[in-house]
This record gives sequence, structure tokens and C-alpha cells, in this order.
Amino acid sequence: MSAALRFALQALFWGGWAGAYFALPEYLPLLAQIAIIALFVLSLDLLVGYAGFVTLGHAAFFGLGAYAAGILAQQGWGEPISGLLFGAAVAALVGLLTAPLVLRGGDLTGLMVTLGIAMMLFEAANRMAWLTGGADGLQGVEMWEIFGVWRFDLFGRTAFVYSLTVLFLLYLLARLIVSSPFGLALRGIKGNRRRMEALGTPVRARLVAVYTLSAAYAGIAGALLAQTTQFVSLDVLDFHRSADALLMLVLGGMGSLYGAMLGAIVFMVAHHALSELTPQFWQFWIGIALIALAIAGRGGMLGLAGRLLARWGGR
Amino acid sequence: MAEPLLRLDAVSAGYGGARVLHEVSLDVAEGEAVALLGRNGVGKTTLIATAIGATRLFGGRIAIAGRDATRLPPEARAALGLGWVPQERNIFRSLTVEENLTAVARPGPWDVKRVQALFPRLAERRRNLGSELSGGEQQMLAIARALMLNPRLLLLDEPLEGLAPVIVQTLLAAIRTIVRSEGTAAIIVEQHARQILPITDRAAILERGRVVHLSPSAELAARPDLMDRYLGLSHA
Repeated sequence: MSAALRFALQALFWGGWAGAYFALPEYLPLLAQIAIIALFVLSLDLLVGYAGFVTLGHAAFFGLGAYAAGILAQQGWGEPISGLLFGAAVAALVGLLTAPLVLRGGDLTGLMVTLGIAMMLFEAANRMAWLTGGADGLQGVEMWEIFGVWRFDLFGRTAFVYSLTVLFLLYLLARLIVSSPFGLALRGIKGNRRRMEALGTPVRARLVAVYTLSAAYAGIAGALLAQTTQFVSLDVLDFHRSADALLMLVLGGMGSLYGAMLGAIVFMVAHHALSELTPQFWQFWIGIALIALAIAGRGGMLGLAGRLLARWGGR
Repeated sequence: MAEPLLRLDAVSAGYGGARVLHEVSLDVAEGEAVALLGRNGVGKTTLIATAIGATRLFGGRIAIAGRDATRLPPEARAALGLGWVPQERNIFRSLTVEENLTAVARPGPWDVKRVQALFPRLAERRRNLGSELSGGEQQMLAIARALMLNPRLLLLDEPLEGLAPVIVQTLLAAIRTIVRSEGTAAIIVEQHARQILPITDRAAILERGRVVHLSPSAELAARPDLMDRYLGLSHA
């Protein structure tokens, strides 16, 4: 793909978001959620797509960020930006502390440990109702204006612009990270871990770093959801959230930042559209799409699109 | 007397429960190039894999630059100055040529510019993916990538194996530059003694996991009887 075409497609992607703000005003709350989930899947991509470490418990960090930011605001500090940073810090700290557990042993062991940590956090949040509101959810989250100027409105305008801006900035940061020597080392580890060790890369330290980074990203996504909906339910820690994010990532294309975001958008839109048509049956269609993509080849939708473009361009 | 750069002291090593090396001792001095010769399956690859720490150690000690490295993991040995180029090359297929290089770079005289000057082919192919390279290009990239670590000792495992004669000449010239002009120490595993003896200082011959001969390379080159005995007629 030529650089010009690549740039045009990226401009189209972000321009599309901006256009949606004007074209679909009644859908802004949904669009804000899509941007937040796109950030969550992006965080998962850093870990799974780039470093090759598969997790089934990533909702743990999303939920931690959501509860951290939500409780901070409920307790009287409703400043959004510091709330995001607080959510990121709590998630990153837990990521850093659990990384040695998760990275012990083989891939399957790690997978089980991520699953176990997420289950524990879910039950802990359920039990600690005095702090989290338990099954009723966290009530009374009151956000201040962003930079003292933009109030969170009922129509989701501020929520959407805020979420999209955070997604865009963190995408830019992620792009810098994955093309840095650190990011290249992660891809090397995914390709051949033993080889990277012999080439002098402290593989374990790199994995701890990316696990923590990915946790921080997920924490910010969770914090965004808590702030924009001014509510946190147990659902933020649900297993379903981890599994869906993995699905979106595979759907869109692992190891590509746009693949991660695209997967989230398509999944969320399909979820919304199909569940209106056939409320009980929509997962059937997602299943078919997943099988088709798995058979059509690697790289998810983005990989498929790239190959089609290459064939079309080669003619 | 200065400490040797690499010291293997009565090292026994192998894989799983199988011993391949039996009490092998070998020193490599700073800036010295050693040819490691022998027939198939005598333990040449195991010896350099043991130096980097990729095998199971049953006994003996390993020191790098005077520091005990017997229990160090591979990445710590690489940090002490070992650069391993395995036979399988193991190029990162999903990274471009240039990304393969920068992913492992450590500060020092070797950088992307200089390794590309050594292998101009890599400069031409710098935006190609690792999966798009020919065998010879992969070998060049594997050596260049090890150089990006700025190693004090290069471990080359059959760098000429299975390559076209013209590529072999290119690689030999590059290896000569690395060990002669740059003065980087090296252990070079080869089956084809004649190509490698002229550019090394000493030669060791392995036989069934033991060092059976160790002498200056020129001395071995003048002993066709030894070459016949340990390496086979075609190498005399």
C-alpha cells in the first residue's frame, strides 16, 4: 500500500468519527461507548497483537480503571483528567504487581491466571458493596467540567468528543511505542522468544512493561466509561467483556492499531443493529463472520482488506 | 595475563538427558578468531549454543570477560558481549530488514549505517519483510543483526551452509572484515575447513563431543593427514 493511500485511509477513519458527530447526533452516547471500547481493544492489541501474550482477563484492568475513577468522583473529586490518570495508575499498579504471576510458566498457565485474577476482582467488587455499590452499581458519580469549561451534557456531545480525543491521543502514543525499538522487540518476542533472549533482550522485563502499559490503557478506557456515563456497574469486570474484546481484536486484525479500533467499531455497530433486528440471535451472525474471517486468512478484516487492495492495485 | 574473553572449563552439556559435550575446555582471547571444525553431529553447534546458554549444562564452568557466567541466562550473556548467529538464522519474518536490526540495537561502533555498508544488499532491501528474503540475504541479516549488539565475541554457526558460491564469497569477505579489520573475536563453526582456516587464528577439531585437536590455523592447514582423519578426504 502506498504512503499516500495509507494516509488517505487514516484521514478517512478519523474524519468519519468527526462526521458522525454531525450526522448522527442522536447516537452520540453509543458512539462515545464505541470510542471507549475501541481504546480498550487497542490496549489488548498491545499485549496480544504485538507481544503475543494472550489474556482472557483484560476486563480486570478496565474495571479497575472504571471503579477507581468512579469512586474518586463519587468521593468528591470530579476533575476528569486527573480521574483518568488515577484510573490508569491504579490499573497499571495492579498490572505491575500481577505481572510476575501471569508471566510465570507457559502460555496456558498465564491464560488461566489472567482468568483467575479477573474472576477474583469481579467477586471482590460484588462483595465490597460499601465501596463499589455491589450489584446495584456505583451511584452518585458527579463529574466536573473538563478544564472547567465543557460540562457533560445529556446528549452525550461532551462525552463523545472527550472519549474520541482521548482515543486519538492514546492512539498517537501507541503508534510511537509500537514503532520504537521497544515495540519492535515485542514483535520479535512474539515471533521467537528464545531468539530475542539470545540477542540480549531481557524478555521478561519487556513483557512486564507491556503488560503494565496495556493495563494502564485499559484502565483509562474504563475510567472514560465511568466518567461519561457517571455510573459503574459490575459489568465492567465481567468475563464477557474480556472475551468480547478478544473477539473484536481477532475480527479487526491483531498486531495493527487500526485493526483493533476497526474490530471494535464493526462489532459494536453489528451488535447494535443486529440486536435490534433479532435480540436473541445476533451472536449467530457474529459467529459466522468470525468463521469466514478465520478461513479467509490471517489479519482479520484489515488483513483481508489489505490483500484485496494489493490485488486490485496490482492489476 | 589478561582474562580470556570466553573460557569454557571442562564443560559437559547437551539436551534433555543426553550429553553431547564431554568436558570440553576452550579459551578465546579478545580479538581472536577460532575455527571450530568437525564432522556432522560431533557437537559443534552444541558448543556455541552452550556458550550462549541455550543448552542444558551438566558440568564445568563458563566465564565471559573474567566474569562467571555459568548460571547466567542468554540475555545476560549477550549483554556481556556474546553475539550468536544460529544456523537457523531465525529472522523475524514480520519485521522489515531495518526493523530486524533496530529491534536489538545496543550502543557501540556498529549501527544500521555501518552494517548496511558491510552488506549493501541489506540497504537495498531495508523495507522488505524478513519473510521476503532469500537464504543468502537472511544469512547476511542474521550476521548484521548480531553485529547490532556490538558484541565482543561473535558465534557463527555454519554461516556458509547451503548458499550459492557467489554469496559464500560475499559472506567470507564480510566475516574477514569483521574479524580482521574490526578485530572482533569469533568462533566460526564450519564443515568446509579450507574456506575458514585462512581467516582464523586458531582451529579446534571436535570429535564425539571432545576437543581432539587445537592449534594455530596455519599449522592445521599444513597437516592434510589430520584433516583426512577428522574431517574426511574432501577437506584435505
